Amino acid sequence: MNKKLIKPGNYFMNGNFACAEGALIAGLNFYAGYPITPSSEIMERLSYRLPQVGGHFIEMEDEIGSMAAIVGASNAGAKAMTATSGPGFSLMQENIGLAIITETPVVVVDEMRGGPSTGLPTRVGQGDIMQAMWGTHGDHETIAYAPSSVQEMFDLTIKAFNTAERFRQPVIVLTDQVLGHMSERLVVKDYSDYEIVERELREFPDPIGHVHDFSKDFVPMVIAGKGFHYNIDSLTHDEMGYPSNDPEVEERMVKHLVEKIRNNAEKIVEFKEYFVDDAEILIIAYGITARSSIQAIKVLREKGIKVGMLRPIALWPVPRKKIIELSEKVRAIYVPEINFGQYSHAIMEFSKIPVKEIHFPPGSVPDPKIMIKKIEVDAS
Amino acid sequence: MIEEVEHPKDMYLRSDRFPHIWCPGCGLGIVLKSYVDAISKLDIPLDSHVLVSGIGCTARLPGYANVDSYHTTHGRAIPFATGLKIVNPDLQVTVISGDGDLFNIGGNHIIHATRRNMDLLVICVNNFNYGMTGGQHGATTPEGARTSTTPYGNIEHSFNLPHVMSSLGASYVARWTSLHVRQLTRSIMKAMKTRGFSFIEVISPCPPNFGKYNRFPDGLSEMQFFYDHSVLDNNADLSEAYIDFSGKRPLIVGEFVQKTRPSYLDLEKELIKKAMEEP
Repeated sequence: MNKKLIKPGNYFMNGNFACAEGALIAGLNFYAGYPITPSSEIMERLSYRLPQVGGHFIEMEDEIGSMAAIVGASNAGAKAMTATSGPGFSLMQENIGLAIITETPVVVVDEMRGGPSTGLPTRVGQGDIMQAMWGTHGDHETIAYAPSSVQEMFDLTIKAFNTAERFRQPVIVLTDQVLGHMSERLVVKDYSDYEIVERELREFPDPIGHVHDFSKDFVPMVIAGKGFHYNIDSLTHDEMGYPSNDPEVEERMVKHLVEKIRNNAEKIVEFKEYFVDDAEILIIAYGITARSSIQAIKVLREKGIKVGMLRPIALWPVPRKKIIELSEKVRAIYVPEINFGQYSHAIMEFSKIPVKEIHFPPGSVPDPKIMIKKIEVDAS
Repeated sequence: MIEEVEHPKDMYLRSDRFPHIWCPGCGLGIVLKSYVDAISKLDIPLDSHVLVSGIGCTARLPGYANVDSYHTTHGRAIPFATGLKIVNPDLQVTVISGDGDLFNIGGNHIIHATRRNMDLLVICVNNFNYGMTGGQHGATTPEGARTSTTPYGNIEHSFNLPHVMSSLGASYVARWTSLHVRQLTRSIMKAMKTRGFSFIEVISPCPPNFGKYNRFPDGLSEMQFFYDHSVLDNNADLSEAYIDFSGKRPLIVGEFVQKTRPSYLDLEKELIKKAMEEP
């Protein structure tokens, strides 16, 4: 391992730097980005660190170019990443679709801030949840992780790379301004304790004989310059990579892209449960909101109200089985979000009982007292 | 009995995809031929060549060449190509796309790639409209021209591409028409050996769209115009090199800019070397 990676040990670090260092541990060697509050520090850190590890850094002219550049870089064999926030994330959507249809592994960090539009650049929001799932047009599936601590900014960035490489898919790290700017303890383990996944590469001569195989979920990736001479297309294409209008080809290609994730959703789904064993009321929360929720649970429990929490770590795909299971146990589900109801809808889709939203307007860390009050009132 | 004989350029073409989609009279077949001739004559290994395009008729070209090809999103070929090239400088990356893809939606990217002197060759086939989608006007549509979105005549000024690219600092700038086949091939070969950013504009007919509504009903009539009016002038004052189909001005072609300055990759290499040496 390159001695310029962050050394194993304990650190007190801010979330953005932790994300950058985690990416380097995962093997990041190409970053293209554009400044945007609150994620700029990720880019700034990498402008300094990537050249030190022999990696490539470029500040592009806009987010659209950044996203295109990382898809290109990955097709030349690099582990590539960019980081942005709401307005930039909106700009990146088309090329996220490009990464999906070309099955290119990349990592996109969306550090959410108040929206919509230019919104609240310096303040927290959680308004991009549905956009992460559906922002890019057309049929597709999405993989998105939601860190809830500086440690997870580090760990989940590594995981995002591993998942991207495994599934040949863009993976989104859906974080927020508070996590990015706050400082907490970060533990970096020995490098051998980290699983680092590399994409499976197509060998030359190619046993498959053409660029795509829609009959399998996992197909080794072709990269440029190895003698394959294949065509990789943003148009709907057949197994040869050639554009096609044939409805049967359409079906095969799109089905493959969607089922690749759906068939393996259980391997991606990840969550953590807090005090659910005897819970009568369940909070489902992610990101910084989960931190506020823990405090709310502590206070409510002291008052004798049996509250627990489900914290999805992968937001997409949704942990449907767990939601169904827990919704059959508890008598109320609360979904606090720093938005006016987004992930709540995904939960409603599976919950056997009605889901109660707790809206926190963008701009502040959710106040546990508000959650406590709402839940108390209902519990009485 | 018909005997099947291999065409000498078969190894450079995806002949299983022919016939191609381009119209009779379109210049793209010629551009494909020139590209293929150029790479067949150079000593660069075929495996190193990569073609990247955006969306449009020109952007279909990489699909017909037997090299690693990437047909990406509209306007975004250049940043995609940038990513490829930075990661693997041994790749010979060429972007071939149309005037609308490169200079309208893709305008910001070509400005900055040129400014950075990114190690890329960009071949812009200029047919003065968005051909694939039915002939809408774009940044290079001449003033007064009729297109599907300028039914009263185009009121906008248009880009003079050699002038634009020279002022942005490109290391190599040339313009040819689809008539100048041999010159185009030589230009492509020269540009591929140039460090930094190279740009070649190729003027092409678009008979069913731009041509039909601007007095060039077929490819031949527009190529006749190229024949009658093109003037080779490598030292032209580029501010005078704009296109005017009235026939009152020459259609200036040639190799206008050839200069050497450190390319992006040259400078990045030094940067990384220094950063890695620091303790």
